[in-house]
Amino acid sequence: MTAIYRHRLFWPIVALVTLIVINAVARPQFIKIRVQDGELYGPLISILRDSAPLMLVALGMTIVIATRGIDLSVGAIMAVSGAVALTIIDGAEDPGNVGTVLIACIVAVLVSLVLGAWNGFLVSVVGIQPIIATLVLMLAGRGVALLITGGFITTVNSEPYSFIASGYLFALPFAFLIGVVAIVILSLVERRTALGVLTEAVGINPEASRLAGVRSRSIIWGAYIVSGTLAGVAGLIYASNIKAADANAAGVFIELYAILAVVLGGTSLNGGKFSIAGTVVGVLIIQTLDSTILFLGVSSAQSPVFFAIVVVIVVIVQSARLRDGLAALTARVRSRGAGVQDSDKVEVA
Amino acid sequence: MAAMTMTRAESRPSDDGPSRVQTFLSRHGGMMPSFAAVFILVLLFIGGEIFLRGDFIRPLTISNLLIDNAYLLVLAVGMTFVILTGGIDLSVGSVMAFTGMLGAKLLAEGLPVGVAVPAMLLGGAAIGLFIGVLVQYFGVQPFIASLAGLFLGRGLAFIVSLSSIKVENDAVLWLQSTRIKIGDWVITPTGIIALVTVAIAAFVLHLTRFGRTIYAIGGSEQSARLMGLKVGRAKIGAYVISGTCAGLAGLLLTAYSNAGYPRNGIGTELDAIAAVVIGGTLLTGGRGFVLGSMIGVLVYGTIKTIINFMGAEQAWMQIIVGALLLLFIVVQRAIVARSEGRR
Repeated sequence: MTAIYRHRLFWPIVALVTLIVINAVARPQFIKIRVQDGELYGPLISILRDSAPLMLVALGMTIVIATRGIDLSVGAIMAVSGAVALTIIDGAEDPGNVGTVLIACIVAVLVSLVLGAWNGFLVSVVGIQPIIATLVLMLAGRGVALLITGGFITTVNSEPYSFIASGYLFALPFAFLIGVVAIVILSLVERRTALGVLTEAVGINPEASRLAGVRSRSIIWGAYIVSGTLAGVAGLIYASNIKAADANAAGVFIELYAILAVVLGGTSLNGGKFSIAGTVVGVLIIQTLDSTILFLGVSSAQSPVFFAIVVVIVVIVQSARLRDGLAALTARVRSRGAGVQDSDKVEVA
Repeated sequence: MAAMTMTRAESRPSDDGPSRVQTFLSRHGGMMPSFAAVFILVLLFIGGEIFLRGDFIRPLTISNLLIDNAYLLVLAVGMTFVILTGGIDLSVGSVMAFTGMLGAKLLAEGLPVGVAVPAMLLGGAAIGLFIGVLVQYFGVQPFIASLAGLFLGRGLAFIVSLSSIKVENDAVLWLQSTRIKIGDWVITPTGIIALVTVAIAAFVLHLTRFGRTIYAIGGSEQSARLMGLKVGRAKIGAYVISGTCAGLAGLLLTAYSNAGYPRNGIGTELDAIAAVVIGGTLLTGGRGFVLGSMIGVLVYGTIKTIINFMGAEQAWMQIIVGALLLLFIVVQRAIVARSEGRR
C-alpha cells in the first residue's frame, strides 16, 4: 500500500481520475463513447484528439527539462512549422495531392529540426542559459512565421492535410495516434537504451557526467533537437485543425502548459529524473480540466484562474513541507495509539 | 547616475601602474555587462543619428523614450529584485493587466482615486506575496509559482471585465497628459514616477540591509542563511516588490492608454526580462544593477523607435529584438568570461 502511495505517479493519476469522476457525475454523457461508421466519438475521444499538440510539445519538453534546461520557443516553432507547410501547400498547383502534402510536412518538420538544433547550439556549445537562449527564438520565431506567410493568415483547402487533425485510422483519431507513436518511440529510445539514464545523469550534474565520460554536449543538443522536431509536428496538427497558418495565435502559451504538464507529471524543473508516463498523465489532466472548465460555462478567457488554482494545489501537495507536516501528524497519532513499540521503531529507523 | 558610479570607480586605483585598465576590469568584472549595455545604447543612438535621421540625439527623442516606456521601466525594476535573488517572475505582464482593469473598474464605479490607486498597488502586492510564499515556504520553483501568478492575473483581469474599460478620471489622465518642460526636455508625471521608482530601488538595493541580503541570496542562498541573514523575509520581499511594481505599472499603462484592457501586457514579462538581462543582471542572481535595467529598457525602447522610424513590419521588430537579445547575451558572456579569466 505504501509502495502505491509513495509512487510518484500516484498523485497525478489520483488527480486525473478525480477529474474524470467529477465530470462523469456532473454529466453522464461524458464517459459515453459511441461508434459511428467504425469510428469512435465522444467527449473522452475528443480530449484524446485535442491533446495531441500539447502531448508532442510536452514530451519534447520532458527531455529538455531532464537535462536541466527549458525550451520556451516551442510555440514559436509551431507557428513556423504551420506557416512553412501551408505556404508550400498553398503555392502548389494541386493542394489536394497527397505527395504535395507529404513534402510540405517533411519540409516543415525539417525546418523545426533546424530551429531546435539552433536552440541546442546556443545552450550546449555557446553555453547560454537555456531560458534566455530559447527566449531569443521565442521572440524572433513568430516574426519569422509572419514573414513566411507574408503577414497574412494563410488558409488552404486540402483533403489530405486536414486528415492529420480530423482523420481516423483504426477507429481512432489520427492526431491521437501520432501522439501515441511519439510516446512509444520516445519511451523505447529513452528507456530501452542507456540514453535515458545518461540524460538524467547530465541533468543531475553536467560537470560530473562529463568527467565520467558522458558526452553531455551531444545529449543536451539532442534534447533540443527532439523538442524542436516534436513542436514542428504539433504545429502541423494545429494548423491542420484550423486549416490555416496563424502566426500570431499558433501555440500561444503552449510552452507554459507543456511545462505545467511536465511538472504535474512529477518531473522536477531542476533536471535529472524524468517520467514520460507522468508527462502523459499531466497532459491528460490539463486537457480534461480544459474540457471541464468549458463545460462549466466559464468564458475561455477566464479559465486561467482555474489553472492557477490547480497549479497551486498540485505544487502544494507535492511540496516537502506539507508531506513533512502530514508525516509528523500521522506519526504523532500512531505513537499515541501504539505507545512504546512504535517509538522504538522510529529510533531504529 | 551611471556616470557617477563610473567616475567614482575609476578614481579608486590611484597608483599609476601599467595595468590601470586591467585592474579596473578585474575589480569590476560584474559591472562589465552593464557598461557594455551603455556602450551599445550610445552606439544605437549614434547609428540612429547618422543613418536614419538627424534629430536622434535630441532631448525630445530621449524624453519620449522614457515617457513611452515608463511602465516597462517600473516592471524591469521589480523584475531586477527577483532576478537578483536568483528567481524569476513571469506574472508581471498579467498582473499589470489585472491591476489596470481593477483600477479602471473602481474608477468607473465612481470610487475616488484615493481608493482605486492603493487598491491597484495592493492587488499587485498580494499576488506578489502569494508567489513569494509559494517559493519560500512550499519550495516551489519560481518559474512555476510565478506561472501560477501569470494565470491568476490574466484570469482575474478577464473576470473584472471581458472588454476594455475607459478611464475618465481627471487625476489619472493628468499623470500622462501633463507635460512638464525643462528647456527642451519634456517629462510627464508617469515618467517622474518611473524615475523615482528607479532611484528608490537603487537606494534600497545598495544602501540598506534588505538590499544587501537580496544580493547575498543571489550569490549563495545557503551561505546567506548560515550568515544569519533573514533570507525568507527578503526573498518574499523581492516578490512583493515585483508585484507592487506591476501594480504601479498597471496605473502608468492605464494613464498612458486612457483605458484598462484585459489583453494588455501579454508577453510583457519577456520584454521586462529581456531588458533586465540586456542591462547586465545575470539570471543566476547575485550580480546586476537596477540602473543597468534602466539602460536595458532604454536600449529596448531605442530599438523599437528605430524600427518604427524605418517603417519596418511588426515581424521585423520581433526578429530584430530577438537577434539583438542574442547579440547582447553573447557579448556579455564573452566579457564576463574574459574578466573572470583575468582574475
